Amino acid sequence: MTERAEPAIAVAGLRRDYGDRPALDGVGFELAAGESLVVLGPNGAGKTTLLRVLATLLRPSAGEVRVLGGSLPDEAWKLRGRIGYLGHEPLLYRDLSGRENLRFQARLHGMERAAAEARIEELLRAVAMDRRADERVAELSAGMRQRLSICRCVLHRPELLLLDEPDSNLDVEGRELARELIGPGTGTRVVVTHDPERHLPEADQVLRLGIGEAAVVS
Amino acid sequence: MTPSRTAFAAILAKDLRSELRTLQSLPAMALFSVTTFVIFRFGLDRTSLSGSLAAGVLWATLLFAAVLGINRLFVAEREEGGFDAIRLAPIDRSVLFGAKVTALIVYLLALELVAVPIFALFFLQDAGGLGPLAGVLLLTDLGLAATGALISSMAVNSRARDLLVPLVLLPLVVPLMIAATGATEPLLALGGPSYHRFGTWLMVLGLYDLIFGLVGYAVFDFLLED
Repeated sequence: MTERAEPAIAVAGLRRDYGDRPALDGVGFELAAGESLVVLGPNGAGKTTLLRVLATLLRPSAGEVRVLGGSLPDEAWKLRGRIGYLGHEPLLYRDLSGRENLRFQARLHGMERAAAEARIEELLRAVAMDRRADERVAELSAGMRQRLSICRCVLHRPELLLLDEPDSNLDVEGRELARELIGPGTGTRVVVTHDPERHLPEADQVLRLGIGEAAVVS
Repeated sequence: MTPSRTAFAAILAKDLRSELRTLQSLPAMALFSVTTFVIFRFGLDRTSLSGSLAAGVLWATLLFAAVLGINRLFVAEREEGGFDAIRLAPIDRSVLFGAKVTALIVYLLALELVAVPIFALFFLQDAGGLGPLAGVLLLTDLGLAATGALISSMAVNSRARDLLVPLVLLPLVVPLMIAATGATEPLLALGGPSYHRFGTWLMVLGLYDLIFGLVGYAVFDFLLED
């Protein structure tokens, strides 16, 4: 008898409260390694909260959450450096240049200097930001910041990508370039989106969150 | 896990580079201290100070100038997502505390490089006590930076950050200021420096540094939790 591989993400009965208000309640799903989960739902349904719980940035109030073999919140330390998180905020320092921000992230992730420089150049070229990478982030457009943020997200070659509206602020060219780094086939992904037409065809599973309704997996 | 030394150097270098580029804290701290010395000079109507009054003027001014820098210490981490980026990285989170304490010590030393000579110019007839004063400054800066980094990290998530930092910090640094002025007073005594109970006050300063350094190291990880 073959042993069933542990899913990359296993969530059961997840609840997360902000004070007395539940942002998520009774969410459950399993995602195998290499698969993509697309999360849909109206504003306030808890999509971003779900992503932040999976990223270990928020503690679940109740329920079982296992990510990459680690049980949250107790084993969150096991996941540090293995997740690529792309949130609403670019997580870039405005007074540093794009390249300086990526070097900073590379050092936090313990990358060797030469390997980090090569990886940074590769990513900057991939999102067509190599010519603007030495400008301060504060001077860049929102779309350019998003391109840099995508570089930051995949810089350390994470095993799991958690992407919150990855196309936001990107133009058509930016979306196509980003697809090479965070699109289908780049690993296990959870994608929160308001653009189902674009992302549903590439989903292995879809999680629909509603306000005050049970989450539905299809 | 990334070696703590690498992460520490990365965060410290990032903070110092940002400050050098934007000059958001240091000029304000220096200008505040110089302005306060001018106010004391005309307010007290004295051209020279000594002993406890000199020590009090110096430390009150440095403390309130330090609050300006402490207020802004974690603003970039809060407003630009630095906390999240650091929490996602495979590093010991207390490294962030260590790097922030060190950055604050650098700011305080830079402030004192400007403020102390101006204080001496305005108020001191005998500058003989300034040499040993360097040791008092360093030990006090250590305690102020450890306490300041701890309080700043707690207050940064509040909209009332600018009020919370002084309200919580000032009572906590009362023992530090008593020891700092106690050690400084004989150094600025009329007729030249003396070293009466100087060693005792230095030990009190060192003990304060140790306690708040250890408290910060122990609790900082929990402060970064949501």
